[in-house]
Amino acid sequence: MRIVDVSVITDNIKEMCIEANHFLSKDMEDALLSAVNTEKSPLGCQILKQLQENMQIAGEDMIPICQDTGMAVIFMEIGQDVHFEGGALEEAINEGVRRGYVDGYLRKSVVADPIYRENTKDNTPAIIHYEMVPGDKVKITVAPKGFGSENMSRVFMLKPADGIEGVKNAILTAVRDAGPNACPPMVVGVGVGGTFEKCALLAKKALTRPLDERSSIPYVRELEEEMLSKINASGIGPGGLGGSTTALAVNVNTYPTHIAGLPVAINICCHVNRHAVRVL
Amino acid sequence: MDKYMKVPMGKEDILSLKSGDYVYLTGTIYTARDAAHKRMYEALTNGEKLPIDMKDTMIYYMGPSPAREGRVIGSAGPTTSSRMDKYAPALLDLGLGGMIGKGKRSQEVKDAVVKNKAVYFAAVGGAGALLSKSIVASEVVAYDDLGTEAIRKLEVKDFPVIVVIDASGNDLYETAITEYRSEA
Repeated sequence: MRIVDVSVITDNIKEMCIEANHFLSKDMEDALLSAVNTEKSPLGCQILKQLQENMQIAGEDMIPICQDTGMAVIFMEIGQDVHFEGGALEEAINEGVRRGYVDGYLRKSVVADPIYRENTKDNTPAIIHYEMVPGDKVKITVAPKGFGSENMSRVFMLKPADGIEGVKNAILTAVRDAGPNACPPMVVGVGVGGTFEKCALLAKKALTRPLDERSSIPYVRELEEEMLSKINASGIGPGGLGGSTTALAVNVNTYPTHIAGLPVAINICCHVNRHAVRVL
Repeated sequence: MDKYMKVPMGKEDILSLKSGDYVYLTGTIYTARDAAHKRMYEALTNGEKLPIDMKDTMIYYMGPSPAREGRVIGSAGPTTSSRMDKYAPALLDLGLGGMIGKGKRSQEVKDAVVKNKAVYFAAVGGAGALLSKSIVASEVVAYDDLGTEAIRKLEVKDFPVIVVIDASGNDLYETAITEYRSEA
């Protein structure tokens, strides 16, 4: 058994909230960089170059890449041999988010109630997903999620008879409807299978997979590649102002499902696809 | 076509803008997003005065991240405009000169833009750090309690925007996409 003091979790999450909002992962940077060379629209190219300049300014001057510094989505993969001490884990995670957003000059975008909408002023609570895994490590993924693209995400409860064509239609429908609202070039996370909530979680998690890593399942890999090429043929382009770079990647995760169902979730993320990962 | 223009702008300037023009704005604009719009709309419904005069005003749909010490503002990119569609026609009817945001507008907003000879600009979504460099002054002028959603008066210098909907009702989001569509 390994003992982990929850204050360590707080400290790491604080740093990761700040890091994720100022620096994109290498795969995201590379994808945006290579998009400039392939984009067919001059205005699209100009916008992609602005996005690069934006990232440079964000890192150098410590200004968040986007003013919507998101709701803090946190994946906790906890080794089953870990024992937490020093307080409640959930409180420690939220304290890390609180310190990150307050001390890190990040925007507080969370309201306490969906109808009365009073700002909590510290961006808590976070959205936390726990997973128990073998071992004695704790893997933390902090993925601040902006709502321009979150609002354009969809869940479809398809029929088994709809099959793979139904899944493709669902993805293309969601992306077309999102258009300029989701700040393209976007990253498209897709969950297929499971239950209503499981497919949404699969889609969210798909957004944290490196863009250059394809699914190990042959038909899923084909689906990812076909969807990316179809989405980029839609003409939406950077900023939705026309062009050949509408998505940087389509990441699909699948899971077993019920004999009666084919749930599909499409979680769209803008070009500020943020995630910081640490293993403690 | 690249244009350098002053804001607020008169009707003649607005009418010279065409969907697709790349424009650098210099002058005064005001921020307002969801909560400020809701409050202004309620004020109008109750017959109360708005905190800012709408005549020829340019509203930027934006809620910034906090400014670090010694800085004017934090990250300051546009938010999705469609959430303000419910409120925008009433403001346009009061003389609002234009809006800066990102994303599609409803037919009601487009009609109100044409009727009132206004303009809808897009700023590049997700480029908040870059756009903050074109903001030289910022001051909260109303609804301070709304935090990031308060109404701010901004002085901008060469603030980069693209004309999406012009006073004739042309919509770049509809026209530009067909140009680069290659699907069967």
